[in-house]
Amino acid sequence: MEQFLSIFTEDFFYATIRMASPIILAALGEVILERAGIFNLGIEGVMLFGAFFAVLGSFLTGNAWMGVVFALLIGVVLGLVYALAVVTIRSNQAVTGTGINILAIGLTSLLSRMIWGVQAVPLTVKGIGPLKIPFLGDIPVIGAVVFNHSPLVYLAYIMIGVVYFILYRTSWGLKIRSIGEQPKAADTMGINVIGWKYGMCVISSMFSAVAGAILSLSFMNLFVDNMSGGRGYMAVASVILGQWNPMGAALGGLIFGAGNAIQMRLQAFGVPIPSSLLLVLPMVIALIVVLAVRGSASARPSALAKPYYKE
Amino acid sequence: MEKLDNQVTTVNYDKLDELVRKFQKIFNIFVPIFAFLVSLIVVGIIIKIQGGSIIVAYSSLFKSAFGNLNSIGNSLSRAVPLIMAGLGIAIAARANIINLGAEGQIIVGGIFATYVGINLQGLPPVLHITLCLLAGFIGGALCAFLPGHFNAKHNTNIIITAMLLNDITIGILGALVQGPMKEVGGFAPQSAQIAMSARLPMFIPGSRVHVGIIIALVLAVIAHFVLFKTPIGLETRILGGNPLVAKHSGMQVIGMQIMLVLIAGGLAGMGGAMEIMGSQFRLREAFLMNYGYEALAVALLGQKSPYGVIIAGILFGALKAGRGGMVNAANLPVSFSMVLSGVLILCISISPILMKIPRYLAVRNISANR
Repeated sequence: MEQFLSIFTEDFFYATIRMASPIILAALGEVILERAGIFNLGIEGVMLFGAFFAVLGSFLTGNAWMGVVFALLIGVVLGLVYALAVVTIRSNQAVTGTGINILAIGLTSLLSRMIWGVQAVPLTVKGIGPLKIPFLGDIPVIGAVVFNHSPLVYLAYIMIGVVYFILYRTSWGLKIRSIGEQPKAADTMGINVIGWKYGMCVISSMFSAVAGAILSLSFMNLFVDNMSGGRGYMAVASVILGQWNPMGAALGGLIFGAGNAIQMRLQAFGVPIPSSLLLVLPMVIALIVVLAVRGSASARPSALAKPYYKE
Repeated sequence: MEKLDNQVTTVNYDKLDELVRKFQKIFNIFVPIFAFLVSLIVVGIIIKIQGGSIIVAYSSLFKSAFGNLNSIGNSLSRAVPLIMAGLGIAIAARANIINLGAEGQIIVGGIFATYVGINLQGLPPVLHITLCLLAGFIGGALCAFLPGHFNAKHNTNIIITAMLLNDITIGILGALVQGPMKEVGGFAPQSAQIAMSARLPMFIPGSRVHVGIIIALVLAVIAHFVLFKTPIGLETRILGGNPLVAKHSGMQVIGMQIMLVLIAGGLAGMGGAMEIMGSQFRLREAFLMNYGYEALAVALLGQKSPYGVIIAGILFGALKAGRGGMVNAANLPVSFSMVLSGVLILCISISPILMKIPRYLAVRNISANR
């Protein structure tokens, strides 16, 4: 027990905040999108594309921030593709998302081999390292745990407030939410439902792509095959756990981040649990959470995953 | 005067429906071919960028998939788990349930079959094989139960639960082959070999194709019969077409949804079992990596019809068997086959727009003939 408690050190909280950030960012994007009535399982694949293109951008320009720009651009492209498929053509959202995920695994691994060849040591690029915030970073304990992260990690946490504010305190947010609940009524009120759905697809896809950039540029400075490793699915689970509220989704992201951090600490301790089981610990948490919150699905947008037919 | 007006505006709806059906039949075949061609073109572009020759690449793919008896056998045996899992996905999809858990179901089926295959000794082969297949079915169904049950009863998102479960089973498999099921005295993370009596017999000398393919074909025929010629099949299709009608006509919607997911999972699990019993004979880490996702492509390419699944499954099996030759010929990384499946799934998922064409054609045809 004492040994178990000794997991919860400064390092653990630091790792939790860090590991949670990509899941939070992707989950926030998914919250916006699902509030507008669209479900996107493909954010896993978008994350992977984002991670790859961030490394590519940093590799080509030598500037890590250009990597983020590359990730944003691929996010826009994938968002438009997804919107075209599910909004205009009204294809099945889960199937389309899965198609994007499979394409992402194949294409990123293919492209990385085509561009960099097969290397014994993976190629590293300029990343976006931790940035200590002046004054705040000097606070004992809290400074080291909270205010010494990569700027992209801060961005993920800042976006929680931004998304919350936009969704609940602005007329844009009202429009988005009304589209997810009653698209017909929204249309009658003169809201361009199709246009907003397109916009939300693009924006949420950009969120996920930057989440991928966090993985590749802030965590490792390199790209490895399938490096998103199911974080996209965890983000989708966080949205359900958070009952389609950005704050709740962020809390869900933190829980999965903590699961990740615990798993890493346990591995470092050499506990007698096989590493492959420890690796899926966050998934187990996610599964239990999704099954447990099943009862209170009233927060779910009524028109979620239903194609919209304009008359 | 009134009579004349009537004649002008009346459309013979029976005739229209008949025409729509006729065109839809053609499009049912045309759409998958179109999707497959698009994916071949996309991979062709990649080959071109890579500097290889498209003709050499595709001809070597064909040669190493169908060139001789041995390679045909290889293609067919690779197709077995794909057809089995694809059948399950297709059947569930008929009722509008998307089973994305095939990856995990295949794995659990393989684990169960291996366990029975190793630990029961001295049984007559027919009995042992039956028990192993049954174990595979139960394993797959068990893995499908959680997502299926909660989806039907509590409306949880079956897609996300199934995907999470896929990753979890991969972890469990890894732990099993490194721990409890590891071969005694072995070094590699793999189980011991299953007993001889549990192995599926090969039936063409000189090739590795095993009886599993025949079982898969028979099951596909049965599935076709049940889907299109029995009341249960009709109910399944009604459930997919209009759940409200299904509910109000007194069907046990929840029970049927759970049953369909269990069948889908069971078939996928049996596919995993057959792979162990027919070609690998032992459990390894990642013994059927990504087959579950490719089975989704198989089911969609087969237009959710059992016979279509057979054709699509053999096509994908051939792709898996032949991609080694293609990789050598065109200097391609193996992951190109994932690109192909991804493009295929995307193409087919946007096919609703193509399926609108039959109605359009029919209306035009009718108004032209009037």
